[in-house]
Amino acid sequence: MADVSLRKVVKRYDEVEAVRGIDLDISDHEFIVLVGPSGCGKSTTLRMIAGLEDITDGDITIDGDVVNDVPPKDRDIAMVFQNYALYPHMTVAENMSFGLRLKHYPKAEIKARVTEAARLLDITDLIDRKPKQLSGGQRQRVAMGRAIVRNPKVFLFDEPLSNLDAKLRVQMRIEIKKVHQKVRTTTVYVTHDQVEAMTLADRVVVMNNGRIEQIGTPNELYHRPATRFVAGFIGSPAMNFMPCRLEDAGGTLTIRLTDRIAFPLPGPRAARYTALPRSEGLLLGIRPEHITEKRPHAEPGIESFDAVLDVTEPMGMETLVYFTLDGIQVCGRVNPGAGAKDGAPMRLAIDLNNMHLLNEATGVVL
Amino acid sequence: MSTATIDKAAPTRKVKYGSMSRDRTWALRWSYFFLALFAMFSLLPPLYMLITSLKSSAEISAATNPWWVFHPTLSNYIEILTSNQFLRFFWNSAMVSIFVVTITMLISVPAAFALARMRFWGSATLATGVFLTYLIPETLLFLPLFKMFAAFGEFTGIPLINRWYVLLIVYPTLTVPFCTWIMIGYFASIPKELDEAAVIDGASWFQTLTRIFIPVAFPGIIAATIFAFTVSWAQFLYPLVFTTSIDQLVLPVGIITTLIKGDVFNWGQIMTGALLGAAPPLIIYAFLMDYYIAGLTAGATKG
Repeated sequence: MADVSLRKVVKRYDEVEAVRGIDLDISDHEFIVLVGPSGCGKSTTLRMIAGLEDITDGDITIDGDVVNDVPPKDRDIAMVFQNYALYPHMTVAENMSFGLRLKHYPKAEIKARVTEAARLLDITDLIDRKPKQLSGGQRQRVAMGRAIVRNPKVFLFDEPLSNLDAKLRVQMRIEIKKVHQKVRTTTVYVTHDQVEAMTLADRVVVMNNGRIEQIGTPNELYHRPATRFVAGFIGSPAMNFMPCRLEDAGGTLTIRLTDRIAFPLPGPRAARYTALPRSEGLLLGIRPEHITEKRPHAEPGIESFDAVLDVTEPMGMETLVYFTLDGIQVCGRVNPGAGAKDGAPMRLAIDLNNMHLLNEATGVVL
Repeated sequence: MSTATIDKAAPTRKVKYGSMSRDRTWALRWSYFFLALFAMFSLLPPLYMLITSLKSSAEISAATNPWWVFHPTLSNYIEILTSNQFLRFFWNSAMVSIFVVTITMLISVPAAFALARMRFWGSATLATGVFLTYLIPETLLFLPLFKMFAAFGEFTGIPLINRWYVLLIVYPTLTVPFCTWIMIGYFASIPKELDEAAVIDGASWFQTLTRIFIPVAFPGIIAATIFAFTVSWAQFLYPLVFTTSIDQLVLPVGIITTLIKGDVFNWGQIMTGALLGAAPPLIIYAFLMDYYIAGLTAGATKG
């Protein structure tokens, strides 16, 4: 159990800078998820914490000690790999106890720890099997077991669920969360799947292009994204971005999307944006769930407009509707009973209380 | 003309159903033909050796059908197996081969591990260099080696020429590069995460090698062992050059040296000795063949 911190950590491979000076503080017991597209530096960051990659510049501390030059085995960490990396010639029990046997733990304690971890992960029956006799999900449990028996200061997970099928992934996600609730070990978890990040993390670290875009709880990232990248990366279907312009029309601040469509901003939003220049170069960011069918009663900040639907996708509990505004495809989520049809016009409502306004050039949420 | 329009709509070429299996049949026929040809080509000489080894000298020189034994006799086998000389050659061969295999594996397995995994400066170049040394033919090497060993003997007083143990130094120049190359290939096929997991579990490089890599790459080690054994058992040029006394000879050279007296070829015993000499590699192949095929890495990672 320990806190981990990264100070201006840089990783350079020859010419390429994979990680460009990141700062991150992970407190004891915390479950941190690093998420981002491939090549964003999240795995490299994890491997630097593990000690599998050298740090070009900066400091990594575990439990207050700088570990830059400490070999992996002395960092007291355990890692779970994407492809499990089980030792093929050893049984499940031998796989789990390998680290303890190397450290010459007493036999009785090894047995007790393996039994306990196997019970926790529900793999007691598999203890004498070889990895090739196990399914993907079982192998992943064994890999986690191997981490748990070591009782390390930090757990590191490198995309552990990517090799599993969708259904098993959901199941294992819950397993991982349960295990963390029981053992409470500080955890750093890398994934490219934003749903995994949102569901598992105490705090999510969104990375892009070797830098941290934003750190926050899942809800903070979802409702208060700091940049266009975070706004677009978190949430599925992704947030809609539409070029827009602020105008003063009859004393109220108005947001103009197209020649035809402009909405007056609700009071709090107008107050927040009123100092902004009335020029081009702004983006309206709005999540699909804030574009719905027209409500029966007028509500403040909710404006209606007409659109011709290109495509509808019935999902069961909702129907996704896609339409085009000035060449930009926009997605909305309507009630399945609202009568959305491919190619048909529909009266839709936009909830401007939940809008975001972004600077198109810098990508910063204003 | 309704038939004509129907014809137009029909496929212009007759569809051959099952053409895949017909292709396969022909491919198989050709395979069998060439495999049979190859089997005959490589198995006829040993068969001829077996036939000749069962004949007396008189029958070998008689002008009868050479492919048939009219008066089978085991006298060649009895003479060879009761001759101290032959047993000495056999013993020398066995000693040399066992030592060479041991030395080879002790050098090439750690070398391959270092070259495949430890990624030090110049390791890739070194790996290629190791293989290139294998390409230098022994016919080119034996003279300089001879001069070197002779000079070494003169300088230190330790005789190397005409001692069977000189072969323990010479043979590894053939076996180590090739075995190292085989093992580099095997180690390279082991997923990187496996040694990373071992490193995180607290294993040193040496422990990673002995407790993870050697067990996982065991089929590769068997393959390399078989190769090293075959090379040292069948080596002819080096022992011919470096050893001369009867008691220092290994089997292939011993048979040629002692069973050809002037222009008299004792064919029956030569064939018997050669057949008996071919037996150990055959037996080893028969026992270890399964390991070639065993895929021990299955289940290490996804798959």
